[in-house]
Amino acid sequence: MAKGFVAIMAERCKGCGFCVEFCPTRVLTLSSAFNSKGYHPPYPVAAEKCSGCDLCGMYCPDFAIFGGRHAR
Amino acid sequence: MNETTLEIPCEIPEDARNPVEPFLRMDRMPHIWCAGCGIGTTVNCFTRALLDSKANLDKVAVVSGIGCTGRVAGYARLDSFHTTHGRAIPFATGLKLANPELQVVVYSGDGDLFAIGGNHFIHAARRNMDLKVICVNNMIYAMTGGQTAPTTPGTAITATAPYGVSEPTFNLASLAEAAGASYVARWTTYHVKQLARSMEEVLKRKGFCFIEVLSPCPTLYQRRNKMGDGLDAMKDYKAKSKVRNGAPTGECALSMTGEIVVGKFVDRERPDYLELLRAQMTETLGDRYAEPEVSCCSEG
Repeated sequence: MAKGFVAIMAERCKGCGFCVEFCPTRVLTLSSAFNSKGYHPPYPVAAEKCSGCDLCGMYCPDFAIFGGRHAR
Repeated sequence: MNETTLEIPCEIPEDARNPVEPFLRMDRMPHIWCAGCGIGTTVNCFTRALLDSKANLDKVAVVSGIGCTGRVAGYARLDSFHTTHGRAIPFATGLKLANPELQVVVYSGDGDLFAIGGNHFIHAARRNMDLKVICVNNMIYAMTGGQTAPTTPGTAITATAPYGVSEPTFNLASLAEAAGASYVARWTTYHVKQLARSMEEVLKRKGFCFIEVLSPCPTLYQRRNKMGDGLDAMKDYKAKSKVRNGAPTGECALSMTGEIVVGKFVDRERPDYLELLRAQMTETLGDRYAEPEVSCCSEG
């Protein structure tokens, strides 16, 4: 099981791609689906690699994504 | 790769919350900043700094001027002040002097702090007023339509310089140091961890502190100059920035395509305005000098 999780609020995303570019374990990619504003939000293609570092949350200018670690 | 659903495949704990949310007025979201703008990223860093410095949020005030970055005061769930154009520092000075217990953070843009409010900045730095100034530098007047700012680098194309800017620019770090700031640092929105640490550091120290944050402006600066979108600017920051802590600020001028020197440039101790005022008053008036009572901050 993955160490961390990534939560995405797709409706708040503006598709800038910062989280996709700077994820250290390359968990994310931009989805081909649209949100209601017509942007492509990120999608975790490799959710099992997520370390929960929350760097995506630090980068996201729209406060639309954050990561966290699962409680053990 | 071709997911057509927005469902998240991994499990998320039910009580998981975005660590930024307690610091923001979430009823005002989504914010007005463009896709690819870096101001939201600096707000993330600021909230992490508030969290890590364990600041008493009842005693932190955010003061902003006008402009894209000026909106931060409206989005922060703290005591905040959205002031007239360029006058963020005078309002903040008044706030600080009326209630010295407050931690006053001036959060504004380059046009507001250095063009319209340029004089206020240098005098607050000269007095070493205990303010924490965070300047988000997007190199242009973004909210009003992309006019040339004092920070717009040479040859850039703007709304008021369609053939390229010919004026020399301000080197903000050097200006702040020369005016007397006790802490000067520069980061970009790519350096989120370093920026958060720097903000935490200034929240814990006294004196006039200045942090310049370079931020992408895809809509007005980069589009006219064919520099791509926000992500391209971030990749550019990653490729071109060089951390040089303690570098002489005079050598850290920014240009359109050149190297971006980042780091903590100045960290020095100087007596701040209130200390000097108290010392002078006590020396002249002796026993007749009484500390003004602060009654505007209720306990608890």
